[in-house]
Amino acid sequence: MALPPKMSETPRTHMNADANGALVQVDGVEKVFRRGSEEIHVLRDLHLKVPRGEFLALMGPSGSGKSTLLNLIGGLDRPTRGIVSVGGERVDQLSDRRLAAWRARHIGFVFQLYNLLPVLTAERNVELPLLLTHLSASQRRKHVETALAVVGLSHRAKHYPRTLSGGEQQRVGIARAIVTDPTLLLCDEPTGDLDRKSGDEILNLLQALNREHGKTIVMVTHDPHASARASRTVYLNKGQLSEQPVL
Amino acid sequence: MKYLHLVWTNLMRKKLRTLLTLLSIVVAFVLFGLLGAIKQALVGGVSLAGVDRLVVRHRVSIIQLLPEKYKQQMLAIPGVAAATHLTWFGGVFQEGKNFFPQMPVVPEEFLDMHPEFILPEDQKQAWLRTRTGAIVGRKTADRFKWKVGDRVPIRSLIYPKSDGDFVWHFDIVGIFDGRKEGTDTTQMFFRYDYFDEAKPEQGMKGTVGWYILRVKDPAQSAEVAKRVDLAFENSPAETKTETEGAFIQGWARQVGNIALIVAGVLSAVFFTILLVAGNTMSQSVRERTGELGVLKALGFTNTQVLALVLAESSVLALVGGAAGLGLAWLLVRGGDPTGGLLPMFMLPSRDIVAGAVLALVLGLATGLFPAWQAMRLRVADSLRRI
Repeated sequence: MALPPKMSETPRTHMNADANGALVQVDGVEKVFRRGSEEIHVLRDLHLKVPRGEFLALMGPSGSGKSTLLNLIGGLDRPTRGIVSVGGERVDQLSDRRLAAWRARHIGFVFQLYNLLPVLTAERNVELPLLLTHLSASQRRKHVETALAVVGLSHRAKHYPRTLSGGEQQRVGIARAIVTDPTLLLCDEPTGDLDRKSGDEILNLLQALNREHGKTIVMVTHDPHASARASRTVYLNKGQLSEQPVL
Repeated sequence: MKYLHLVWTNLMRKKLRTLLTLLSIVVAFVLFGLLGAIKQALVGGVSLAGVDRLVVRHRVSIIQLLPEKYKQQMLAIPGVAAATHLTWFGGVFQEGKNFFPQMPVVPEEFLDMHPEFILPEDQKQAWLRTRTGAIVGRKTADRFKWKVGDRVPIRSLIYPKSDGDFVWHFDIVGIFDGRKEGTDTTQMFFRYDYFDEAKPEQGMKGTVGWYILRVKDPAQSAEVAKRVDLAFENSPAETKTETEGAFIQGWARQVGNIALIVAGVLSAVFFTILLVAGNTMSQSVRERTGELGVLKALGFTNTQVLALVLAESSVLALVGGAAGLGLAWLLVRGGDPTGGLLPMFMLPSRDIVAGAVLALVLGLATGLFPAWQAMRLRVADSLRRI
């Protein structure tokens, strides 16, 4: 699929990599969930660096903590212990209000089940993150058109999610994730609910966003076919990371 | 304004549910408007009452009569500028349902005491010339299609003529209008001299229902009232003197404490609506837990999510309130449902403003709990529920 020119008009605060060139740095992170009197240790003393511009795949068996780690990096949850730093910002220390603003500016989420609002058309769904900016209605419309063009769905802008295929819905989800031109894309099993052909289209799109637009992507997946598209794969098992797959 | 589309589409998510909730709010506000008009009809005269007028009635009850000779004594009381009297005739036109107020008066005194009634000069002169003459308010004239020159029979439920016949005949010599909106033009006034002469001898001649006094200084009304009652203390017909506004309120209280009854009914209605609409909003928020989590993931703050839910409930309440008040206004404009019995039938502007404020308060109240729940949603937990 052809990609339109690079989208770069959204005003945003640039995120810096740290001195080691890492955009994302996770140090000594632990995450414990409490269910009544029971403690569930999901992540244990976890260390991870993601350089700017990398396409990282995060693999592991079900329940290994992949989505939890993604949520911590994206500021959707806080670690029990440890440091999560994204673009030099201590995400684990931000207040809820500042975290929301930070996410709006810097993070694009792509969910396994797309998570589109069913009462909004494709273009209105893509516009949602832009409502949090100071852009005018015409400026927002222009950014939405660009994002939908990037994912190849300009002709479906006025369609509701229920009339879109799974692959199309996920492309709308990606358009929504990139419409604010975020520095970091976090994808939680983006092809998990799609057939092979649709999944490949999504992976092609993510690869293009990484190679052509320089987006840093962290993708959770349990599919080796998907992880093969990434530039690096790390494996999470029993709350700990390794560069080698778990046998 | 940029969020309005999101608010509106969420309200239209379940059209039938929203419509039914909206209808319940509309009905509540139609009731608010109509009850407001009825309350205004029964007690609204208080605001139109003359500030310089006192009403003197029998101390025991308004239905007890006073001597007509009291007038000269009242005029001699310091502070009294003028005095006149009225009497409740209690008649109907043709049949019982055609009730409206009629009262015998002394024409020139009466018109001088009540500048709120507008009567053309030629009609006033005709009234002075015609012993059986009567003037009728525009509302009643239109109700029965009477015009100047008509001779109308009124059957009194209280007073027979000296021949024993309860049917009195009057010549319509004038039709009066009100100077202000809300002035009662349902009444008919005829000449006291004709009334008193035509009554039977036994016990009824020379009596009147109540007096209206004009005071020289309204600031001295309370003092003058005390003097009047003192003047007739220990007489066979002791008096109770009060301002015209207090008199009208007392009259309305014979029906019941109108304001309390209306407040009671409306409280029950709005409490029910609060529960219905509040339940609808809570259900709507519960169904959208995942979507609210997505909004927060995208960067919407807790406060913004709270505001979105409150905006939904407020829009629903304001639309329902506006429709209800508008419908009530139209129904009231359609006219007095009693066919002319009520002295006035209007929806005051202050009630419309109060209704709008009430709609907003209702919207905020119904949305508060679900908005708070939405605000407190943890993003990671809500996304897991999808």
